[in-house]
Amino acid sequence: MLALKLAYRNLMGAKLRTWLNMIVLSFAFLIIIWNKGILNGWDQQARRDTIEWEIGGGQYWHENYDPYDPFTIEESHGQISDATQNAINQGDLTPILISQASIYPEGRIQTVSLRGIDPDQKLLVLPTANLDKDIDEIPAMIGERSAKNYKLNVGDYVTVRWRDVNGTFDAKEIQIVHIFKTNVSTLDNGVVWIPINQLQEIMQMEGEATILVSSQESGSIGSIVGWVFKDHYFLLTEIREMIEMKSIGGSIMFIILMSLSMLAIFDTQVLSIFRRQKEIGTHIALGMTQRQVVALFTIEGAMHSILAAILAAVYGAPLLYLQAVNGWTMPAGTDDWGMTIAETIYPAYSFGLVAGTTLLVLITTTIVSYIPSRRISKMKPTDAIRGKIQ
Amino acid sequence: MIKYLLIVIYLLTDVIPAQYPSGEDILKKVDENMTSDTEIIMSTMVIHGRRGSRSVTAKSWIQGRDKSFSEYLAPPREKGIKMLKLEDRLWVYSPQTDRIIKIAGHMLRQSLMGSDLSYEDMMESPHLADLYTTTVIGEELVNDRNCWVVKLIARKDDVTYHSRKIWVDRERMIILKEDRFAKSGKLLKTTVIKEVFQVDGRWYPKVLIFKDMLQKGKGTEFIIESIEFDVDIPEYIFSKASLRK
Repeated sequence: MLALKLAYRNLMGAKLRTWLNMIVLSFAFLIIIWNKGILNGWDQQARRDTIEWEIGGGQYWHENYDPYDPFTIEESHGQISDATQNAINQGDLTPILISQASIYPEGRIQTVSLRGIDPDQKLLVLPTANLDKDIDEIPAMIGERSAKNYKLNVGDYVTVRWRDVNGTFDAKEIQIVHIFKTNVSTLDNGVVWIPINQLQEIMQMEGEATILVSSQESGSIGSIVGWVFKDHYFLLTEIREMIEMKSIGGSIMFIILMSLSMLAIFDTQVLSIFRRQKEIGTHIALGMTQRQVVALFTIEGAMHSILAAILAAVYGAPLLYLQAVNGWTMPAGTDDWGMTIAETIYPAYSFGLVAGTTLLVLITTTIVSYIPSRRISKMKPTDAIRGKIQ
Repeated sequence: MIKYLLIVIYLLTDVIPAQYPSGEDILKKVDENMTSDTEIIMSTMVIHGRRGSRSVTAKSWIQGRDKSFSEYLAPPREKGIKMLKLEDRLWVYSPQTDRIIKIAGHMLRQSLMGSDLSYEDMMESPHLADLYTTTVIGEELVNDRNCWVVKLIARKDDVTYHSRKIWVDRERMIILKEDRFAKSGKLLKTTVIKEVFQVDGRWYPKVLIFKDMLQKGKGTEFIIESIEFDVDIPEYIFSKASLRK
C-alpha cells in the first residue's frame, strides 16, 4: 500500500512527463478497443446477414457443386428425392437451382448466375415473394449492385440466353419485378433470381436442385444421398478468415502504438533511476530492501497504464459510445469487394474486450517498467545516498 | 363444296412443294462444295467495337471435321496466340503468359477476341445434315442470287441451335445467309455472306458478317484472304506441343 501511495505521489510529481506518457498510452488503449470493436461488429453483422440471407441453418450441396469452380456448375444438379421433398414441404429445407446464362442489358452481353428459388420460401429473408407474379415473361429479381451495373430498373425487360441441360441454346425475355438491397454481395453481384419451377422448366431439370438450404431451427436433417451437408463453420470460413486477417492488420497498428508508449515509459524509468539515486539510497538507508525499491519503481511505471486507462475512459468512453450509436459508414463501393459488409458498421464492445485490453497493457507496462528498475538491485547504497553516478 | 375443294387444293400445294429439291440433297451438295479433307486458310477478322474497329489476322490448318489449329499473326497484341481444336476440346496458348488454357464450360460462351463469335461457335460441326432435319420452304433472292430457303430443325436434343434457316445459292451451292434460332424461336445469330470467290472450282465465302442479334453493334466481319484445299498437313500440327512452338 505504501508503495502504491509513493508511486502515485511520484507520478503526480512528475507532472508533464506523466501526462505525456498517459496520453500516448491512452491512445493505444482506445485504438485497440475501437479496432477490435469494429471488427467484432463487422463479424457479428456479417455472420447474422449471411445466415439470414444465404445459408440458413446450413446447406446441402450437390456432390459435384463447387462454387469456386465454374466448370462444375453444369454438372451440379440432382433430383430431389421424395424424403427430401417432404422436408421441403415441412419447411425444413428450400431448394435452389443454379445455372449459368447471359443477359443483354442495352445490347451488352453479361454473364450471370441464374438462380431459381421458391417464391413461397420462408427460410431466408431474401424477398422471394416478389417473384410470385403472373406475367407472360419470366419474373426476375436482382440486387441493387447488379441493377446499377446493368442499368436495370423495376419493370425493365431484358433478354436472357442460356443452354438447357442438353446444351441447346434458348432465350427469353425476363422482367425485373423487384430490386432488393442486401449486405450479402454474393446474392447480388451477377445473380438473377427467378422462380425455381420456371428455371427447372427452361433448363429441362424438372424436380432438380443444386443447393438445399436448411432452416436455422432444423440445421442438418441427416445425410441425403448425393448431397453433402455444409455447416456454419464451413460456410462462414471466408468471413472468419477475413476478420482474422483484419485482426492481424489491427494488431500491427496496435504493436506500433504500444511500442511508442512503452519506449516512452522505458525512457522515463531509466531517467528516474538515473536522477533519483539519492532517493533510492535514502529509501534503502531508511530500511527498505533493494527488492522493495525495485518494486516501488516498477509499480510507478505500471501505474502509468492504470492512469492511462482512467484517462482513456474519460475522453474515450463518450467517443466509443457515439461510434457505437452512429456506426462507421463504409466508403462507397466497399460492398462491391465481394464480401459481406454493411453500409454502416456498428462496433460491438464487450466487457472481455475492455478488461482484456487493460490487462494486456498493464502486464506489458509492468514488464517494461521492471526491466530498467533491475539496475537498482546492483547499486551500492552508500554510493547511491551520496548521489554518485553508478 | 367449292370451299372444301379450295382448302384441299391449298393444302396440297402447301404440303407438297413438288418443284423443290429435298433439303438433304441441298445440304449434301453444300457439304460437297464447302468441305475437303484438309484446308489452309488465311483470314482477317474485323471486329467492330464501341470504340472503333480492329482487325485480327490468322492462319488456320483444318483437317476433317474435328481437327483445327489457328495461329494469330496480327495485330502485335494478338500475335502468337494459338488455338487447337480436337473434337470437342479447345486449348488456347497465350505467348504473354506462356500458358496453355483449356477452354471449357462457361468460358466457351465468352467472346472470341471481342468479336460476335464465341468459342463455342468455333466448336460447331460444319456438317449440318448430320444434325438437322431439313425442309425447303421457298425461294428468295439474296445478293441478287436465287436461293433455296431451307428450314433446319435439330434431330437431337443436344444440338447447340434448335433451328436454323439457310439461304443456299441454287447454282453455286453455297450458303449466302443463315439465321440461328433459340428453342423459343428467338433469333440469336445471323451470318450474311457479302462476297464469294471461286477456288479450285469450288465457290467459297470471301467476306461474311457474323452478328449476335442480341447484342448491339455492327457484328464481326470475316474475310477469307486465301484458301488451299486438300494440302498435306503434318500430323504434329494438331498436337498440344505445337501450341508452344
